[in-house]
Amino acid sequence: MQKITREQLLAKASELLSNGTVSCVLGWGLGEFDYDVTPTIFKSVEELENGFVFNDFCGANFSKYLVNKTAKLEGKILVFLKPCDTYSFNQLLTEHRFDREKVYAVGIPCEGMADIAKVKAISGDGIAAIGSNGDKLTVTTLYDDEAIVIDTNEVLAERCINCKSKKHVAYDELMGEEGDVTQSNRFDEVARLEAMTPDERFAFWQNELSRCIRCNACRDACPACTCEKCVFDNPSSGVENKSPANSFEEKLFHIIRAYHVAGRCTDCGECSRVCPQNIPLHLLNRKFIKDMNEFYGEYQAGAEVGSRAPLVSYTTEDLEPGEVFNRGENNA
Amino acid sequence: MQVNEYKPLIVAFCCNWCSYAGADLAGNNRLAYPADVKIIRVPCSCRVNPMFILRAFQRGADGVIICGCHPGDCHYTSGNYFTRRRMAALFSMLDFLGIEKERTRVEWVSAAEGAKFAATMNDFVQTVTALGENKRLEDLRCKK
Amino acid sequence: MQRVGVFVCWCGTNIAGTVDVVAVAEALKSEPGVVFSANYQYMCSQAGQDMIKEAIKEHKLTGIVVCSCSPRMHEATFRKTAAAAGLNPYMVEIANIREQCSWVHKDMLTGTEKAIILGKAAIAKVNLNAPLTPGESPVTKRALVIGGGIAGIQTALDIADAGFPVDIVEKKPTIGGKMAQLDKTFPTLDCAACILTPKMVDVAQHDKIRIFSYSEVTEVNGFVGNFDVTIKKNARYVKEDVCTGCGACVEKCPMKRIPNEFNLGMDNRPAIYIPFAQAVPKVATIDPNACNMLKNGKCGVCSKVCAAGAIDYTQKDEYINEKYGAIVVATGFNPISMDKFDEYAYNQSKDVITSLEFERLTNAAGPSAGKLLRPSDGKHPHTIVFVQCVGSRCESCAEKGKEYCSKICCMYTAKHAMLTRDKYPDTEVYVFYIDVRTPGKNFDEFYRRAVEEYGVKYVKGMVGKVVPEGDKLKVQASDLIANKQLHIDADLVVLAAAIEPDKSARPLATMLTASMDTNDFFTEAHPKLRPVESPTAGVFLSGACQGPKDIPETVSQAGAAASKVIGLLAKDKLTGNPCVANSNELMCNGCSSCANVCPYGAITYEDKEFRMPDRTTKVRRVAVVNPAVCQGCGACTVTCPSGAMDLKGFANLQIMAEVDAICK
Repeated sequence: MQKITREQLLAKASELLSNGTVSCVLGWGLGEFDYDVTPTIFKSVEELENGFVFNDFCGANFSKYLVNKTAKLEGKILVFLKPCDTYSFNQLLTEHRFDREKVYAVGIPCEGMADIAKVKAISGDGIAAIGSNGDKLTVTTLYDDEAIVIDTNEVLAERCINCKSKKHVAYDELMGEEGDVTQSNRFDEVARLEAMTPDERFAFWQNELSRCIRCNACRDACPACTCEKCVFDNPSSGVENKSPANSFEEKLFHIIRAYHVAGRCTDCGECSRVCPQNIPLHLLNRKFIKDMNEFYGEYQAGAEVGSRAPLVSYTTEDLEPGEVFNRGENNA
Repeated sequence: MQVNEYKPLIVAFCCNWCSYAGADLAGNNRLAYPADVKIIRVPCSCRVNPMFILRAFQRGADGVIICGCHPGDCHYTSGNYFTRRRMAALFSMLDFLGIEKERTRVEWVSAAEGAKFAATMNDFVQTVTALGENKRLEDLRCKK
Repeated sequence: MQRVGVFVCWCGTNIAGTVDVVAVAEALKSEPGVVFSANYQYMCSQAGQDMIKEAIKEHKLTGIVVCSCSPRMHEATFRKTAAAAGLNPYMVEIANIREQCSWVHKDMLTGTEKAIILGKAAIAKVNLNAPLTPGESPVTKRALVIGGGIAGIQTALDIADAGFPVDIVEKKPTIGGKMAQLDKTFPTLDCAACILTPKMVDVAQHDKIRIFSYSEVTEVNGFVGNFDVTIKKNARYVKEDVCTGCGACVEKCPMKRIPNEFNLGMDNRPAIYIPFAQAVPKVATIDPNACNMLKNGKCGVCSKVCAAGAIDYTQKDEYINEKYGAIVVATGFNPISMDKFDEYAYNQSKDVITSLEFERLTNAAGPSAGKLLRPSDGKHPHTIVFVQCVGSRCESCAEKGKEYCSKICCMYTAKHAMLTRDKYPDTEVYVFYIDVRTPGKNFDEFYRRAVEEYGVKYVKGMVGKVVPEGDKLKVQASDLIANKQLHIDADLVVLAAAIEPDKSARPLATMLTASMDTNDFFTEAHPKLRPVESPTAGVFLSGACQGPKDIPETVSQAGAAASKVIGLLAKDKLTGNPCVANSNELMCNGCSSCANVCPYGAITYEDKEFRMPDRTTKVRRVAVVNPAVCQGCGACTVTCPSGAMDLKGFANLQIMAEVDAICK
């Protein structure tokens, strides 16, 4: 499939802005570096032409921004959605978090986004510029004279390697072709951890989570974490405050965070993408998804607007909490 | 009695209608279980927020048990069905993080099952005692 | 900061035997907020209570902790004590140091230690208690009964006899329901019409009862004591108050070939019809799908022959809004469709009928005027095979039948078999069964009479196949006791079809936010102790909508439901449980998770304007809990991601304070 280009998106955005379909555009804007593309609101064609960016680092899931951006909006907002973003989009609609009427959603095809950590692992630090040329990235660093050429497939983000769907489940207009739900191996890593002994798992997570600096980026980027007031910011929740205080350990923060989005998490992977410490936080969410799929039947949050998540429904025949652990023994 | 013998700290959340009454019945029948078990009364097992369980572990509890009406007998018709799903997910997650799965339990105890209540608590205390202290979720900063 | 008083009870030696009560009172003295601590032999005694009252006044206590027996025992007592001393009753917490401490622990040291910790937990909680006042709401003193079968009729009569107005909504043109279609009733064999129709007349003549026939409930809002209901009165094209029920129109109507629902399609009726002679209201109804006048404006015969001038072709559906304090669901049952049971050839032969059709065949007012004749050729059947459990107890065939026992089939089949043998002794009657279940008063005697006195041939085993061949029905069956295959040439095969809730029940349950089981039967608030109440406050259950029932059971349940309704309507105001959920709208996302788990439908959403820090306003969807409906289970509090939802009396912070106190 041909990759969609900045020019195509720019033309589409300009057209919809000019003909009055939308009053503003939620798109990717230039950040400090080529790879830290920033979600930006564009209000005119001129602003778009100057600032609109589309490259291999446009991973941000825009769905969450709609909650605040549509609240006081005159007219409609144009939002570009990759297939995985559309699941979050639907999930937020299920939760009545924004007004669908105020959004003009354009589905764009996606062949996967690059993970800057993986790029840096090849190129080293000090990246000055990254050029994009089809399926190649040209990385110029401060320390090397010659640009380094990297195949984009080598630096795909984990969530894109294990892409769960190329299908857009919501849009007003689709650019490119309709994709399909893909067969991914996204639960393999969870299964690998499950096969470990509890001590090994504890060591694994101790190692990962001890790096957490409680910056809250995972929460802030998560399209399921759109609470008006997060429990971790709320003095009357009893669990507020940050790590160094007399309160929850990182482990507990991350369990609560994952639990709060369980059944609502679409597995978009934003939590891991934004984590400055590269903690594989998506594994916690996937653990919940995998468990609930196995316990209560397949469920994909956001696949349909209005669907009922496993934790807010039940059957009289559900398995007992104690039986959860027999499962592995039966499989073995 | 040995000095410094390890005594676990067990928090038991009991629903008001079945399990708390079951615990009362255990008392009426003088069915002994260790004093390590401390009961917190909640209206329904579905009132137990995972945060309460984690809080208990963080503050140094060695085991947490949730008792509710048998499925189908919930005073509020469906509360324990939600408990069942929530706790299945939570316990599985705790196990995923390497927390010993024996430290958490859900048990259905009716108001008539005083004997079951005492037996459950005896068994749970024994299991947790065998595991020893909860080190993996305890927050040392919470200790005075 | 609270001013907490602690009262440690000895309960004679019950507590003091294993707990050093003096030490407990002493240890709790230094807990945060505690300004007074005492111990006494029997806190629940008059002297003990007086001590508490005095302390409340003298030390200006804002909260008290009683370390005593279980709160299930004396919480109410001490709440009253507190109230008598001017303290809000919900500022009382009990530390259960008897049932859950002194009685289960043997030595003084551990008992005392634990009692102190339990006391600390209660103190930690009471420090966070807030005075609670139960909400009050008025009661509309009128009941709605949905369904006009025997269940609805009995409930309505009982409520009306107690002096409260009742409306019955029935979707058919007449009340009477299934019972009106029956011939005789087991086990006494009195005729159904003879005992039912006088009750129907009572309903019609009762000055407290209104009947909305040919009507349905389309919308329900509100809550216990204050339901707001919209009833759609379908146009029957006949002025109900003018029609005399003389039947001239029915006789003259030229469209006579419409299958008659009342006789289950075994004969025909005209386009304008009165379902049966004793119908209530006895008013004609025009079937708009059959009437030529309504379809293409050609005919008008009924209007011409109607002396009263009751025909009105321009009548429109009418919507009525009414307020009710209580709603009784009495939507009843239907036999399941036999379409999926090809093995019995129901759709291939007219002589394979259901038991309800058999009732009509033997009913004097039925299509054959009570003569038992084969529907195909009108001949008298000489061999009849009754098949039990068709679609009942059907574990392996859940896709076509039901897993449950339909309960009434064993008895009505015994009745059919007995009556057949009684009237037509030359007829051979076989009954094939899995088990014969007769657990009612005089039921087993009845069944044994069918076998012993009337010579009905009961065969344990199932019919495998029915094949129509010529004018015979070849029945292949197995006799499990003799362990052999049977081949019977039958003239008539009667299928005891399983019964299922009426199809209208599911949408109604949604409207009422009443819960249903997987079979679409309404669930009770408690299967043993509250069998006629639905979990939704103010909604009651009568008859087979709750589960398969025979007539005596239905009538007793109908009366029970009525008594619950009367109990509710007799109150002027409803006082709620103050320990209900409440949502902090500043934190609520309006995500609907809480409403998804609420068993009572107590949570609704509204768009509310909020003033933002930048002086603009923002409209957000927020949850609103109706305290009159909420029962305080707390399911919503845990499902709420933002923690906006909390439970009064068992708040997040309160429970966490208890956890902290225990884990110190």
